[in-house]
Amino acid sequence: MSLMEQLNRKALRLGVPLSVHLDVTYRCNERCEHCYLEHDDHGEMTTSEIGSLLGQLEQSGVFFLTVSGGEPLVRRDCFEILEVARSLGFNVKLKTNAVLVKEQEARKLRSLGVEQIQISVYSDRPEVHDAITKVPGSLLRTVAAIRFLKAQGLKVTVANVLMKSNFQDSSGVRALAAELGAQFALDPTITPMLNGDRSPLRLRITAAEVRSAFRDSNLVGDVDAFCAPPPPVDDEMHEGFPCSAGHTACYISPYGDVYPCVQFPLPCGNVRKETFLNIWKNSSQLREVRSIRGKDLPTCSSCAHLGTCTRCPGLAYMEGNMRGPSWADCEKSFLRTGIFTAGMLARGVVPSANVHGLVQIDQRQTL
Amino acid sequence: MSEKYIARSEKVAWRLLDGEMIIMSALDSTLFNLNAVATLIWQAADGRTSLSEIVRGLICEEFDVDSDVAYRDAEAFVNELASHRILTMSDQPVASSGDRENP
Repeated sequence: MSLMEQLNRKALRLGVPLSVHLDVTYRCNERCEHCYLEHDDHGEMTTSEIGSLLGQLEQSGVFFLTVSGGEPLVRRDCFEILEVARSLGFNVKLKTNAVLVKEQEARKLRSLGVEQIQISVYSDRPEVHDAITKVPGSLLRTVAAIRFLKAQGLKVTVANVLMKSNFQDSSGVRALAAELGAQFALDPTITPMLNGDRSPLRLRITAAEVRSAFRDSNLVGDVDAFCAPPPPVDDEMHEGFPCSAGHTACYISPYGDVYPCVQFPLPCGNVRKETFLNIWKNSSQLREVRSIRGKDLPTCSSCAHLGTCTRCPGLAYMEGNMRGPSWADCEKSFLRTGIFTAGMLARGVVPSANVHGLVQIDQRQTL
Repeated sequence: MSEKYIARSEKVAWRLLDGEMIIMSALDSTLFNLNAVATLIWQAADGRTSLSEIVRGLICEEFDVDSDVAYRDAEAFVNELASHRILTMSDQPVASSGDRENP
């Protein structure tokens, strides 16, 4: 077992929120077509409130802190927040579009000891990337920023969100990341907006494209292993829980709202009204999330994919039931292995021979 | 034997979890989990207190251990952490992140 796995198990045993994702703003200088956020400011936490919150997170045992947004660097106090976070010993990861990062900002991030910067790049072609961000010149500025960051020796991950409009460009983004000396991460998940608006789902790549991506060794590594049938379901899978959300991780919005995860908009409390630790330990919503085991999922507990499915309880919650299947993950499990999921069978979906047809049926049912 | 002064690097993250210190280097993302003795040494690494003082004043006070053995073990430990650049060593007192806060 790796040291990281040991650390996660220890945090789980102790009930410690090892990882927190903190959005310091929802404002943004880009308008990405797939974004799940509204960008108006409804009363962000002040510098002082965030400083106090960071102190509480440190006292609660939080080690991994992701600072994100919106675009975190549109806050004039972002570096002040990062400095406080680093002085408290957090391992800080910054998620940014990097449009505002020049040489001076890169140097600051280096001096602060920020561990990693994750930057979204949608295409290696400006006309595609800029059409998604709706900001002309944004790819050029982002790439220039990555060069500044790499010149400082910082670890940069290029995150490539796959959509219909940029699906053909993922290999180009991978090559660009390699040329820049950055890591590459692929993300095929498009989620509904946090306010429940499901319109971003129209941008999802088709089932045929997902299937194609799952069989590309450049994207998934060992295709045979990745697409292998799931192992038999055992007791450990029935006793297991789906992910770290609410167990060793949570999300905090710019307004102080605490949720199990950034993709799980179940309100659990607000740090402006009570302490973070009180919410973490006593929120009835978090307690409920923590209580759910594989065997408690009415549909998924009987699914052959139970042990290997990437089922997201947040997406399931947004579909109406945190104990239900997440349809997007049902699709992925099926497209990966060719084996129907219990969720598909329960919904009476009869896939056509044309895999693309399956997604059309799903979109009509879920949108 | 010359004195050694150790200071925590500013490029690391740390957290005390159940009496043991977790450290991750921002330079190479290596994760360390220090035991109770190593945690004491890490916490005392302020750049101003010599390693022999740390061993004599903290380790030998807290644990039933021979001071020569404790010093050799501590020296091996700090050499390893220094090789990963999460501690710096000097033969003179130095300023460090320990001046800013006390993990």
